[in-house]
Amino acid sequence: MTPLLQVEDIAKFYGHRIGCTGVSFDLFPGEVMGIVGESGSGKSTLLNCLAGQLTPDAGAVRFDTRAEGLRDTVTMNEPERRMLGRTDWAFVHQHARDGLRMNVSAGGNVGERLMAIGARHYGDIRAEATDWLDRVEISADRVDDRPTTFSGGMQQRLQIARNLVTGPRLVFMDEPTGGLDVSVQARLLDLLRGLVREMNLSAIIVTHDLAVVRLLADRLMVMKDGYVVETGLTDQVLDDPQHAYTQLLVSSVLQV
Amino acid sequence: MSDYNFAYLDEQTKRMIRRAILKGLAIPGYQVPFASREMPMPYGWGTGGVQVSAAVLTPDDTFKVIDQGADDTTNAVSIRRFFEKTAQVKTTETTRDASVIQTRHRIPEGDLGEDQILVYQVPIPEPLRFLEPSEVETRKMHSLEEYGLMHVKLYEDISQHGAIATAYAYPVKVEGRYVMDPSPIPKFDNPKLEMAAIQLFGAGREQRIYAIPPYTQVVSLDFDDFPFEPTKADHACDLCGATDSYLDELIVDDAGGRMFMCSDTDYCSTRRKAGHVGAQGVPYSEDAA
Repeated sequence: MTPLLQVEDIAKFYGHRIGCTGVSFDLFPGEVMGIVGESGSGKSTLLNCLAGQLTPDAGAVRFDTRAEGLRDTVTMNEPERRMLGRTDWAFVHQHARDGLRMNVSAGGNVGERLMAIGARHYGDIRAEATDWLDRVEISADRVDDRPTTFSGGMQQRLQIARNLVTGPRLVFMDEPTGGLDVSVQARLLDLLRGLVREMNLSAIIVTHDLAVVRLLADRLMVMKDGYVVETGLTDQVLDDPQHAYTQLLVSSVLQV
Repeated sequence: MSDYNFAYLDEQTKRMIRRAILKGLAIPGYQVPFASREMPMPYGWGTGGVQVSAAVLTPDDTFKVIDQGADDTTNAVSIRRFFEKTAQVKTTETTRDASVIQTRHRIPEGDLGEDQILVYQVPIPEPLRFLEPSEVETRKMHSLEEYGLMHVKLYEDISQHGAIATAYAYPVKVEGRYVMDPSPIPKFDNPKLEMAAIQLFGAGREQRIYAIPPYTQVVSLDFDDFPFEPTKADHACDLCGATDSYLDELIVDDAGGRMFMCSDTDYCSTRRKAGHVGAQGVPYSEDAA
């Protein structure tokens, strides 16, 4: 079976400091990979390298493109990479305002990716947008409201709708539940889990919240100081942590 | 004897602007950066158009300036006088007689010919500006032909107003490649952008020049189910009776009285000279104010 994403020895340095280094893994279709670690451990750097938003200093990120099979997205030319960015890839930012156009209505936000790949029928675009708002539990009468009038949780769900509307195969998520209160988090996670299963999405989720990966991720990668210190199945890593840092991380979770 | 170099600008500057114009003509719709000079008028009064006109004028040219279609507004009169003084070219108000026409916000009603040049004054040349504030990003979008965002604006129009409410500066795609802002002309004029004359666009403050060569394909952007429609006031000209021209609405008293008249003054007076009279018009006389 061909992996959807094949990461080989990715390294990114900020001057003498290590962003992340020596990261390799394969991601298969339908698989959800979690990346956990403390602040500054390099998980966001890694995610940005994978999603083509940062250029890694070494290594290869091969993506299984529809037309030509595995292609290295690092050496791919920019138009192709940006094309992937609005068709087969999706990127969910931690802060919804980074991923949304705040001065454009909810419907326009969802429709943008459709129009970017050539949709030119207003009625169809609007129907698709309304359908997607419904799927992320935003009522259809909010379709013409701007995201500024939405709550944090709704903005995050809108961002997810906007990203998934073109049926991507790989979703990058950077702390998708960051800054939301627990009950809103729970609903969002429930929604994400449903969508991932339903659309058979592959996803890479960066978070520092172990509960999120427990719920969503099949596999887990633990990072510290730019290195991957432990990988394995999520339950295995969380229930039987081997590396000292992972043990610390797991034991640091507050129990209610 | 004038103390100015011909057409105000020095020869090196005019060469620099001509190079930008030629590049613009070679890549229709592409915004060519140029080293815009300070002109003896404020930005927003047509400094871009004046520089382009200065670069294309020759001593044999006949020059016409219109502002919103009119030959006799402050902006048009001062620019016309400027070139009368600095270039001593002949000036005219008759569209057909002019070889170079500088315009603000209108295209003349009558068809232009192959021997004419139309120079537009452009305030903001970047059609994507109000959607994407970053110049780096908009340039990248132009170079990679990523124009989905332009349709987001039209989508927003329909979702808010039920129709594409953009009435001026309506975005067009030139020769199937570059999306271009046709300057704030009413969308009524958009179909006329495919013409026999050379069209040059100058934006002084933003330091950009772009161009549409003669007979170039210019398509107004739209949706399949909301096609582009050129619109005008649903009325006939009250002075000359024309039903096919773009109209200005004029409030004439405090009791709600109003009249519509052609925004193109030359078109209107030519028709009145030929004997056409509108609903509130009086027959044309040479010495009428």
